[in-house]
Amino acid sequence: MWDALLLQSGYNAALVSIGAALLGIAAGAVGAFVNLRRRALVSDAMAHATLPGVGLAFLVMVAFGGEGRNLAGLLTGAALSAALGLWAVQRLSRTRLPEDTAIGAVLSTFYGAGVVILTVVQELNAGRPAGLEGFLLGSTAGMLRADAMLIAGGGATVLLALWLLRRPLTMVAFDAPHARMMGVSPTWTDAALMLLTLGVVLLGLRVVGLILIVALLITPATAARMWTNRAGMVAAIAGGIGAVCGYIGAATSAAVPDLPTGPVIVVLAFAAFVLSALFAPNRGMIARALSRLRLRRKLGAAHGI
Amino acid sequence: MGSEFVALTLPPLIIATLAALACALPGNFLILRRQAMVGDAMAHVVLPGIVAAFLLTGSASTPVMLAGAMAAAALSSAMIEGIRRFAGVETGAAMGVTFTTMFAAGVLLLEMSHASGVHLDVEHALYGNLESLIWFDATGWASLLDPTALRGLPPQIAGLGMVTALVAGAVFLFWRPLTIATFDESFAATAGIPVKLLSAGLVGLTALAAVAAFSAVGSILTIAMLICPPATARLLTDDLRAQVVLSMVFATLSAIGGTLIAGYVPPLIGMPGTVSASGMIAVTSGVMLALATFAPRRGLTTPQA
Repeated sequence: MWDALLLQSGYNAALVSIGAALLGIAAGAVGAFVNLRRRALVSDAMAHATLPGVGLAFLVMVAFGGEGRNLAGLLTGAALSAALGLWAVQRLSRTRLPEDTAIGAVLSTFYGAGVVILTVVQELNAGRPAGLEGFLLGSTAGMLRADAMLIAGGGATVLLALWLLRRPLTMVAFDAPHARMMGVSPTWTDAALMLLTLGVVLLGLRVVGLILIVALLITPATAARMWTNRAGMVAAIAGGIGAVCGYIGAATSAAVPDLPTGPVIVVLAFAAFVLSALFAPNRGMIARALSRLRLRRKLGAAHGI
Repeated sequence: MGSEFVALTLPPLIIATLAALACALPGNFLILRRQAMVGDAMAHVVLPGIVAAFLLTGSASTPVMLAGAMAAAALSSAMIEGIRRFAGVETGAAMGVTFTTMFAAGVLLLEMSHASGVHLDVEHALYGNLESLIWFDATGWASLLDPTALRGLPPQIAGLGMVTALVAGAVFLFWRPLTIATFDESFAATAGIPVKLLSAGLVGLTALAAVAAFSAVGSILTIAMLICPPATARLLTDDLRAQVVLSMVFATLSAIGGTLIAGYVPPLIGMPGTVSASGMIAVTSGVMLALATFAPRRGLTTPQA
């Protein structure tokens, strides 16, 4: 266990842990803007909608005589079906149904289709496990070096794009009409944010799993919000929390093979949130209780009680 | 289509239908109150509730599972409210933080306690285990009249029947206040209806229905049963009574259709084995919703205000 945390349990495990940490930074930072634009649940629908794409991509690659487990191929399928899911959410939201109904319907239907395709994969693959179950709750066991490199590289790319887009994203998040006046299109900025979110979701599929990846987007950002009121700082702190959670989660999962990575990372992120909610200065519960107490004393003194 | 049908297909059909009915009923009100995500949250938190209850009591009987799930539902409501208030984030993010954390905790509890094997395992939580609920004692249609054979029915049927009856009874009994509070909460409050209590009751009913559906379709596909049939009905009528009745029809159709398609279509098209029935139910309900968006007056063709 300590070996894994200190990068002592082999080159591959270390690489996977570092990849997960980079993913955590990207997820936390992107999540800060997802929270500001109130797109948390849309990203959840997108994540669940990747499942049929993963299954179909596996079937297609096997049909063409390929390996089937090529991560880049699986992620391409995932991206396509997630985009389809996003389109479906938008289309359903144009009816009289409220957006959260559209999100729930798309999330569950696509996930259902994915489960059906996974059973097809199992039947066709009889006996040989395809390893696609790892995409549900994440698993770093048996991850290839190329996969870890892909995740680390992708995380770095998402971060770079986020850094380049930080100004329009912040402007649109706080005052969309003003941003429009300044020549920043809210529609395109939101589309870019969704693209970055999709990037995080795809990179997180293998490590965190599609059911819980939304937590790596929103929980560190929610925790970070306790510490500061500045959007840039929220993104930075959330990235830090995400990195620590991703790193420890991946290392733990490398040491305890049966443990799915996603739930470990998510529980760690929640612990970070609880600590932040308790101990953060100004907005934390303890700080607020103290300041209430101080105010009461001051009022009491002023009134001579 | 004789003894085999009665033993292997009839029990899953009944269980799926009962679960779908129990979910669609409260789902109607959730959608109208723009609380579809409450259904999403409840569907996720059922897992830790059931696992914790099982670990504490060592029993997997319906009342114990119900109690555990209700406790988890209450805890999650408190957590969502607390996070919203203390962290100052929007409801969607607060829900996302809560239900991912609780689901993750449930998975970890399950993996670490090795409670697997009895009635619970992670696969079950992700896919449901509809196909495994079979009736060993059935020898043919005559078994339906044979008391000894009937005693061998999967125990889930009786439990589910009770839950469905309870949900239906509650909706029938509180129809008027529930309807008034759903459409005009402030008027309902002035008229002396305890709106808060009613709202909590609806969440409770949703949790009850989610427990019922959990054994059949697993956590995530429960969302399909809660949301898709009522959403489909909502696109077809303006009358609440008609909407509820239609949603029951669609719930039944998707449960029966999904189970039959999953069991009988793959062999017809020359595929080995069968595909996941619970996944197919979700897909069927989603396809119905997609078709309903083409409805003449209330679908996509009419721009909504």
